[in-house]
Amino acid sequence: MEQAPSGLKLFGSWASSYTHRVQLALKLKGLDFEYMEEDLNNKSPSLLLYNPVYKKVPVLLHLDRPIVESVIILQYIDETWTDRPIMPADPYERAVARFWCYFADDKLGPAVGAVFGLAGEDQKAAVAQVHENLKLIETELREGAFKGRRFFGGDKIGILDIVLGCGSYWLAVFDEVMEVKLVDPEAFPLFHAWLRDFEEQEEVKEIIPAIDRLLEYARGIRQMMLSLKDTPTAAAPAATTTTTTTTNDNSNVAVESGSGV
Amino acid sequence: MATAAKGVVLLDFWVSPFGQRCRIALAEKGVEYEYKEENLWDKSPLLLKANPVHKKIPVLIHEGNPICESLVIVQYIDEVWSNNPLLPSDPYERAQARFWADFVDKKIYECGTRLWKLKGEAQEEARKDMIEILKLLEGELGDKKYFGGETFGFVDVAFVPFSAWFYSYETCGNFSVEKECPKLVAWAKRCMERESVSKSLHDPHKVHEFVGHLKKMYGVE
Repeated sequence: MEQAPSGLKLFGSWASSYTHRVQLALKLKGLDFEYMEEDLNNKSPSLLLYNPVYKKVPVLLHLDRPIVESVIILQYIDETWTDRPIMPADPYERAVARFWCYFADDKLGPAVGAVFGLAGEDQKAAVAQVHENLKLIETELREGAFKGRRFFGGDKIGILDIVLGCGSYWLAVFDEVMEVKLVDPEAFPLFHAWLRDFEEQEEVKEIIPAIDRLLEYARGIRQMMLSLKDTPTAAAPAATTTTTTTTNDNSNVAVESGSGV
Repeated sequence: MATAAKGVVLLDFWVSPFGQRCRIALAEKGVEYEYKEENLWDKSPLLLKANPVHKKIPVLIHEGNPICESLVIVQYIDEVWSNNPLLPSDPYERAQARFWADFVDKKIYECGTRLWKLKGEAQEEARKDMIEILKLLEGELGDKKYFGGETFGFVDVAFVPFSAWFYSYETCGNFSVEKECPKLVAWAKRCMERESVSKSLHDPHKVHEFVGHLKKMYGVE
């Protein structure tokens, strides 16, 4: 089997936004790689070998060494191939970018997944949660850390654009499949404008699957979940979130929730 | 190299393992800072302003800029004060360090909470999970002095505060960390020989006392 000259191999899943993040970063860096599509219902021995702890995609193999967890992979790529950086140079900017990457994966992602996994009143509450999260991002765009920027990374796409962008296309998909309104251009004008701009970028268009495929995929899973009506899990497809959220109701005491670096 | 760094403030809560990560990192770098104890049941306006998204500690405020999320803070500290680096310089090793610190974040606190909060079968499951988590970490440590190898590093900083909770986990879960993971216990002892760690962590019995308060609050007997 011919190995890509860069020594890169990516195990992923076509509908996984976490996989798309890595594909986009590699594309932005101009790096070739071998791609292995994983059937998440029948994971390959290689995947289980390279990611024994979580057994998930994406896994990036570089010179036969695995790196897992998408945000960690993105930083690895950025630090190994230093042209066209995706992380900011300034330590404070880097901390801000990392903070919002955490937010995307700890808060926004699970909230969106919950919308997908629930129905009725529970779903309404989940939608409200997504709006809460988007409001926070909108505020940063309007008057906070990202004020006046075209992309979160500035003039060019950066790590946070990649992390938020690869995944946010599900918002429009869910809006259609479930007749909810997750991204209201009036409520979140800056976020909406950023997302449209992001999705228009050449590299992004080449990575994100056609909307019809995503719609079909989402409809299929939603139907299946609704037919298991008595188990209202937030078990969204592997595409959107990782696992169910653990309710952190000890929020007064807990002293922090942080995951993902 | 002690640096009387201008305007470094840490908003924290005494027993928080997440806050302790920051304290340890600052101490390893010799950075002087102002420690502000927060009452989590009556959060200060400063905390709410510095971390409006999560309203949680720890928050590091440096030259007026707030940084939130403990591992983000530790990396920030590592990047601003470059003496005694906590993350390795090689990108692959950095990725591994980030992975294991993230693993600690994803697994330990949540499982530990289940251990003291739940009873019966659910608690038994938490016990099994905790042992599995600790064994995985012990596997990663192996026979190294620290997770960082010869030098105390990022994963050590991320994980060592939880060693003060081992006693509480053992008591709630009815198992022995020493028996299940002797290398981890030995590692924790080595870390405690560092002043940065011994001055930041609290006595495990005090931690367990705190867990007792939590249990009362949540009506867990």
